[in-house]
Amino acid sequence: MPSSRTIAPEIQYASLAQQGETAQIGMWVFLVNETLFFGALIFTYFLYRLSYPSEFAVAAKDAVLWCGSTNLVLLLTSSLTMVLAINAAAQGRRSEMVAWLIATLALGFLFLGFKGYEYFEDVRDKVVPGLNFEMKPGEAPAGELFWVFYWVATGLHAVHLSIGIGLILYMLLWRIRRGEITPTYYAPLEVVAIYWSFVDAVWLFLYPCIYLVGRS
Amino acid sequence: MSIAAFEPGAEPAADVESSNYLTARNTIASWLLTRDHKRIALLFMASITFFFFVGGFAATLMRMNLATPGGLLQPSVYNRMFTMHGIIMVWFFLIPSIPATLGNFFIPLMIGARDLAFPRVNLASWYVFNLSGLVVLFALVMGGADTGWTFYTPLSTEYANGYVFAAAMAVFINGFSSIMTALNFIVTIHRLRAPGMTWMRLPLFVWGVYAVSVVMLTATPVLAMDTFLLAVERFLGVGLFDPSRGGDPLLWQHMFWFYSHPAVYIMILPGMGVVSEIIPCFARRPVFGYAGMVVALMAIAVLSFFVWAHHMFVAGISIYAGVVFSLMTFFVAVPSAIKVFNWTVSLHKGAILFDAPMLYALGFVLLFTLGGITGLMLATLAVDVHVHGTYFVVAHFHYIMVGATVSAFFGGLHYWWPKITGRLYPEIWARFAAILMYFGFNLTFFPQFVLGYLGMPRRSYTYPPEWQSWNLLSSAGASILAVAYLMPLLYLGWSLIWGRRAGPNPWRATGLEWTIPSPPPSGNFEHTPHVALGPYSYDPERGRYISQDGTSHAV
Repeated sequence: MPSSRTIAPEIQYASLAQQGETAQIGMWVFLVNETLFFGALIFTYFLYRLSYPSEFAVAAKDAVLWCGSTNLVLLLTSSLTMVLAINAAAQGRRSEMVAWLIATLALGFLFLGFKGYEYFEDVRDKVVPGLNFEMKPGEAPAGELFWVFYWVATGLHAVHLSIGIGLILYMLLWRIRRGEITPTYYAPLEVVAIYWSFVDAVWLFLYPCIYLVGRS
Repeated sequence: MSIAAFEPGAEPAADVESSNYLTARNTIASWLLTRDHKRIALLFMASITFFFFVGGFAATLMRMNLATPGGLLQPSVYNRMFTMHGIIMVWFFLIPSIPATLGNFFIPLMIGARDLAFPRVNLASWYVFNLSGLVVLFALVMGGADTGWTFYTPLSTEYANGYVFAAAMAVFINGFSSIMTALNFIVTIHRLRAPGMTWMRLPLFVWGVYAVSVVMLTATPVLAMDTFLLAVERFLGVGLFDPSRGGDPLLWQHMFWFYSHPAVYIMILPGMGVVSEIIPCFARRPVFGYAGMVVALMAIAVLSFFVWAHHMFVAGISIYAGVVFSLMTFFVAVPSAIKVFNWTVSLHKGAILFDAPMLYALGFVLLFTLGGITGLMLATLAVDVHVHGTYFVVAHFHYIMVGATVSAFFGGLHYWWPKITGRLYPEIWARFAAILMYFGFNLTFFPQFVLGYLGMPRRSYTYPPEWQSWNLLSSAGASILAVAYLMPLLYLGWSLIWGRRAGPNPWRATGLEWTIPSPPPSGNFEHTPHVALGPYSYDPERGRYISQDGTSHAV
């Protein structure tokens, strides 16, 4: 077991195992809060979608389907690489763990790249509410609300994903380099992974809301 | 079982001075970077005390203005005063008041832990709170907002003037502080209980803070999203809440009250917890119906999420929705009444001591009952149509949020003061302040029930002259209340230096926090305690009480 540092639990914990387990529960509890946060947004989306079904359907046709779909594949794959990294951490295969984490990072950056390109297309398509918006035929004022949801939801999701990227970088450049992630104590990495998977799961809900509903 | 008689000031003073959490390392950096939950609780105490007096100052101006029909302030200034009073008192005093100070200090002590689960998150919570405080002070100094604390659209969007956005952002940032504190408490109570501290042996204060944390954690993000969407509407000029552009102005109210009605319970639940500690201790009786108290606390927490639209009976929601929300609101009265009955029955055959914490606790029960019963009147659809938006509502929620919660806060502060500081406060002064607060409060707010029933609208800077006598009574009461709020500042401050040393257990109470020295050492417990039985093992007949660690004491 190559452990370059001995890690002691903080004073409020009886053991390192308790500390790790508690950290994971802390992240789950935090995700309850995040679920309500995104849930409130998705609730407003459905409220308006049900009020203005045809306007929303017209507006949603301008969403760039292939970008969203590619991003769905990228993010789901990144959850797999994340789990493989944890698996490697649990078995003490350090270089393999680092490789999978770098793969996860790369997929995250690719997602942001595609998202950025999609935003560029959206700006060209004049679907930025308030700033650069051109109403399409049949869209009526309510169509703008679809795009408000689109920008708020994907923007907040991108912020969350960027935080996830920051956390992985922190793991790679600080915790792992200092030898603080060992087969006996890799809970910090698991906490990051739980968060990362939640950000994926958010996309699982946003993707059909934005790209699929009402598209025949 | 060992038997230890209580002797005040028995331990050598020098020993206490050298080892407690206050004196362990006393540099500015050691306080500002502390991870000790007890120090963070005191940091919070300083912040919320400051905001209590800022909010109180706004209230003073309002009551001065309303003493005469003609008024003192310009109407626009009056609007800003009641708005800032509401915002500051709700988010910067009442919501953090008991959880972030007494909860922060005593949750780990009462469950036998050495700290909260995430001490750095706890400290970050204080910094975020202060950041939001700076933003709200900025909004206040620049001229304030005038929408009322509810930020209703379109007052806060199309017709906003003043610093509405800054005030809303202060609320948004403040939410992160609430969430961090709540998350910490939930995880701590789940994972860090000492051996033997089962769920049904938890002191009711811990249950109260647990219930409030669950509500904070699940309600606050909805308000965060609501204010975020408000910011989007304000900055991008889109019509999320604007009917002319497809938006729905009621959506703001629904999402706001989805948070802010539970927020009322965020303010009252910890107070219920405090009172459930004080009453058994000073009646020397076990609390009546412990399990019922626990179920009632959690039932209030859950039901609080299904009553929000009772704020919107006259806003244009459907009558069927109104009936359902009215019924759900009546349901909340059931667990609330269970608690009031149980507190009352806990007094039965007790050896009651009317010390200051007990006076505050009894005041809490009376004021909470009055506020609760008027709440039932407001929950009745037909009555609400009549008194909606009048001083009746103002009086009702002040009975709960100020009468009850602030009484509980002061009760808890006096009850645990010897543990926090190691000093006893002057009992006579404290009793006087408690009684003065009770009478001052009733004199301030009872006339407002009458005024509301007569039809005086809230948030109005003027009124017809025939209502002056009731308004004058209310303003006179407010000045008494102000004195009662200032007094503890003086005598508690005095006791810090000249107060008698308290010893570990001045009240002969049973909780784990009373088994360690006052003030507690930095690491709380030298050895992790083993909990042998539930709380409140008081036995007045045989003059004994048993601490939760199983040691029996003679009174």
